[in-house]
Amino acid sequence: MMRRVVLLLVLLVATTVAAQAIDPLPFKDHAQEVRFQHLTAQLRCLVCQNESLNDSNADLARDLRHEVFDLMQQGKSDQQIKDWMVARYSKFVLYDPPLDAGTALLWFGPLLVLVLGGVALVVQVRRRARAAATEPASAVTESNDSGENW
Amino acid sequence: MSRLLPFFAFVGLVALFGFGIWWNTKHDLREVPSPLIGRAAPEFRLPVLGDPGRTVSKADLLGKPYLLNVFGSWCFACGEEHPVLMAEGKALGVMLVGYNYKDEPAAAKGWLAEHGNPYDLVIADVEGRTAIDFGVYGAPETFLVDGKGVIRYKRIGPLTPDVIEHELKPALAKIAREAP
Repeated sequence: MMRRVVLLLVLLVATTVAAQAIDPLPFKDHAQEVRFQHLTAQLRCLVCQNESLNDSNADLARDLRHEVFDLMQQGKSDQQIKDWMVARYSKFVLYDPPLDAGTALLWFGPLLVLVLGGVALVVQVRRRARAAATEPASAVTESNDSGENW
Repeated sequence: MSRLLPFFAFVGLVALFGFGIWWNTKHDLREVPSPLIGRAAPEFRLPVLGDPGRTVSKADLLGKPYLLNVFGSWCFACGEEHPVLMAEGKALGVMLVGYNYKDEPAAAKGWLAEHGNPYDLVIADVEGRTAIDFGVYGAPETFLVDGKGVIRYKRIGPLTPDVIEHELKPALAKIAREAP
């Protein structure tokens, strides 16, 4: 059993190494490679749009990874590299969309739904409480029944 | 009333669902709006297809509007677009520049020889490096660049008679009105 687990782990490590070897880039050091992986994971591949630049095997994704790598070698910051991408491919390339007029609904939509739901809930509870307070005891159980029905 | 509330909520959800389906059939979900529209086209200098010694730059094309049509012999949708360009390209009254994208020059020349050449000029971007500056992420794509070198319109996907009539021609007319 133990041997199998070890074998499995070795195989897993081997596959990740192989995956990186497909597109080797001459990083200066490990820190730069980590930064590169982190940055390309935040950028969307334009061809297969549900994959990041880091994950995608598309031709254009490889080209764009090389561009990102070159920009890093020129000493550009992460923000400058993101701006470079946005200038060409719009904010769509950012997996973490910036907050502005165009993305406000995306950012606050869930909150809006939550608030609407909360208001509806409060109104409903208050109405029932009022109904329960004004009606006689027998009617209360009846209204509770109807409440359970829906 | 409150008994009907779940029903109305259900109807609301169905309507939202239907709207989503309708919206998705009207719009290409893969289409990324170009941030370059209304901006100066990026600088470029690319060799002419079949004549690598000669290059064409952005500055060379200034003065008159032109259509930059990104195509490749490997691109299936370009084959669909091609007859439309052959039929309507000349009548548009604008210079048609072919942008051969990530293609083997020999394959591109063969493709144009076989299907006809609607272009006034074809430039080749074998590596696809300049195309990144244009925000190209596939083919076909078409840019309308005015005489000042500003990108005025972009079509992602093939030009169809419908698109030419309702999008491209109005954009061309607007440029013509500005510069008599």
